[in-house]
Amino acid sequence: MTEMTGAEMVIAALADQGVAHIFGYPGGAVLPIYDALFQQDKVQHILVRHEQGAVHAAEGYARSTGKVGTVLVTSGPGATNAVTGLTDALCDSIPLVVITGQVPTHLIGNDAFQECDTVGITRPCTKYNYLVKSVADLPRALHEAFHIAASGRPGPVVVDIPKDVQFAKGAYFKPKEFQHKGYRPKLDGDASKIREAVEMMAAAKHPLFYTGGGVINSGRAASESLRELVKLTGFPITSTLMGLGAFPAADPQWLGMLGMHGTWEANWAMHDCDLMICIGARFDDRITGRLDAFSPGSKKIHVDIDPSSINKNVKVDLPIVGDCAHVLAEMLRVWRESGAKPDKKALDAWWAQIGKWRAKNSLAYRNSNEIIKPQYAIQRLYELTKDRDTYITTEVGQHQMWAAQFYQFQEGNRWMTSGGLGTMGYGLPASVGVQLAHPNSLVIDIAGEASVLMTMQEMSTAAQYDLPIKIFILNNQYMGMVRQWQELLHGGRYSHSYSEALPDFVKLAEAYHAHGIRCTHPGELDDKIREMIEVQKPVIFDCVVDPAENCFPMIPSGRAHNEMLLGDAATRVEDAVTEEGKMLV
Amino acid sequence: MNTTTTTTHYPASTKTEQIETRTLCVLVDNEPGVLARVIGLFSGRGYNIDSLTVSETEHQKHLSRITIVTRGTPMVLEQIKNQLDRLVPVHRVIDLTTANPAIQRELAMVKVRGTGDQRMEALRLADAFRARVIDATTESFVFEITGTSDKIESFINLMLPVGLVEVSRTGVVAITRGPEGM
Repeated sequence: MTEMTGAEMVIAALADQGVAHIFGYPGGAVLPIYDALFQQDKVQHILVRHEQGAVHAAEGYARSTGKVGTVLVTSGPGATNAVTGLTDALCDSIPLVVITGQVPTHLIGNDAFQECDTVGITRPCTKYNYLVKSVADLPRALHEAFHIAASGRPGPVVVDIPKDVQFAKGAYFKPKEFQHKGYRPKLDGDASKIREAVEMMAAAKHPLFYTGGGVINSGRAASESLRELVKLTGFPITSTLMGLGAFPAADPQWLGMLGMHGTWEANWAMHDCDLMICIGARFDDRITGRLDAFSPGSKKIHVDIDPSSINKNVKVDLPIVGDCAHVLAEMLRVWRESGAKPDKKALDAWWAQIGKWRAKNSLAYRNSNEIIKPQYAIQRLYELTKDRDTYITTEVGQHQMWAAQFYQFQEGNRWMTSGGLGTMGYGLPASVGVQLAHPNSLVIDIAGEASVLMTMQEMSTAAQYDLPIKIFILNNQYMGMVRQWQELLHGGRYSHSYSEALPDFVKLAEAYHAHGIRCTHPGELDDKIREMIEVQKPVIFDCVVDPAENCFPMIPSGRAHNEMLLGDAATRVEDAVTEEGKMLV
Repeated sequence: MNTTTTTTHYPASTKTEQIETRTLCVLVDNEPGVLARVIGLFSGRGYNIDSLTVSETEHQKHLSRITIVTRGTPMVLEQIKNQLDRLVPVHRVIDLTTANPAIQRELAMVKVRGTGDQRMEALRLADAFRARVIDATTESFVFEITGTSDKIESFINLMLPVGLVEVSRTGVVAITRGPEGM
């Protein structure tokens, strides 16, 4: 136990928790902590340009490393600017500790300068939050914050520290193994339920693994067990947006992503399966489509560490509460020990059916020699970067879905995207965080020209810290997904979805001390992507693409999985589109 | 396909289950903001609160007991319990409607104003309901009544014609029957 100020405790706790980098922005109510930061060299502070950027950068850092991301911001606007990032991290279960300054305790509630009710505002958008009113409580609060953020279903935790508490002196203690009073996430699944699950799997005729971000959050061991189990059973596997990379996209058992813009084979397999094995996913509305027509004939097993995710949207037959890594390892063990064998004959027939669905080639698009198709741009980006140590972040919209469809992820933690909240402006700051954690890797933000302008200021952060992030903008001059919905659902009335008065991205890059590239013709795409990769500084790549391209396949307007729409290049299936659907298209 | 689903990209609601009423007992750390977390969960997720009572019940451990009467479909009620259980300062959530036979009580103070026959009638009714007079003036009474919510409801309805002025109710508290604790 050592005597120190509250501000020094913050630094000591960060260092003791193994934090190497913290993203932040100074202000009046955190000056004592910034002063303590200045006088040490264990924790490196990364100065962002906006607090939202700090939180997204910490998310990218956390998602790509599996560690807790950390943020330091001031009171009032510092805290309110962080709210979008906190909500984003809560939706996607990203572990963060966000330290906010607060006005001195005697001024709390007085409408003081830069005061806001930080714990009140962030209560619904954090896993937990603290207002630390006494320095005696600070070490416990800080260590608990890391424990709560990282354990169970991960999420963001806010520690709000009034300025007088930062100045006050108290006793600091190091983190120790402790049991929280009430919070104890359950890690091991119920053994009898796991045995039952294995029996159901061995008896299944049309089984399917449906996996999600929980497998990534659970760590490498979960992903390895999943791969083994999928190999051993021979079952097909699909995944949500958040789960991409947990199972390699190059594997023949991989059906591609499912859901609103998932592949024909993944969604039809979901609809027609007789056993759905859901691991670390949460039956989100982008996945299920119309609930009363969601996979009507299947038994459902749901493995999740969060009991509130079970039976929330879809009733399941066998819930297993536990950590994916634990449960998957146990499933593997039981499968092997029981000598379970899949129903080979039924499985062959199931794969034959899947083969027919695959033959629709649902991701097909009409390429062009004149204009760059966005799908083609991502395919080329993948081909030219797949043999490198590459991390991909995205913004939100059509480009995000095309990235998910066409960039092939073979490993977990390589794909950083805002899934649950759908935050435009996530990708650029996230790439800053990823690049900082992986300084020698290739970090690309696949962006849209509208999204990227929301957090463009973080280019300045990238320049300051020599982070050679690549901002690959699919520039279609529209908020593409908004335009697509307006085309399909609102009679082609493109209300405010055109990106008028866009900046010159090449000049903008130069203004940010970065390298600018513009590409307008498919013939020059490869060379320019190579140029982007070679340049050892931040790059803004303005890839001018077909403004009219839509993102297919698509489950439209609250329909079921077997009511998907296809692009006109894919093999047309007449009965897939209802009369109403045709009117919509 | 109905009209709402053609203009939105969210699936339509499929809730057709019966609405049920439940009494939940939630054991929480008595720390600042804990009630706000519980109430915020209900308002944020669109759950109902029919009644809510809270008080510290174990002083040494700083534990408070919250009793909530809520309504919803069985699926929503299961969600409410799981969502409550997920809150960091929540120790236990017990469904007193389904888990064990439980006793539920509420206390109300009922102010009645009147003179002459009205006054006598109020007193007679109070006697029938075993309500106690806890304040009296020449033209008013305050009654204290304990019982199930239904009993209190009937008492209040009877007081209406004899000069009901106002009511203050505690909300429901509940405990299981038998020797076992929660």
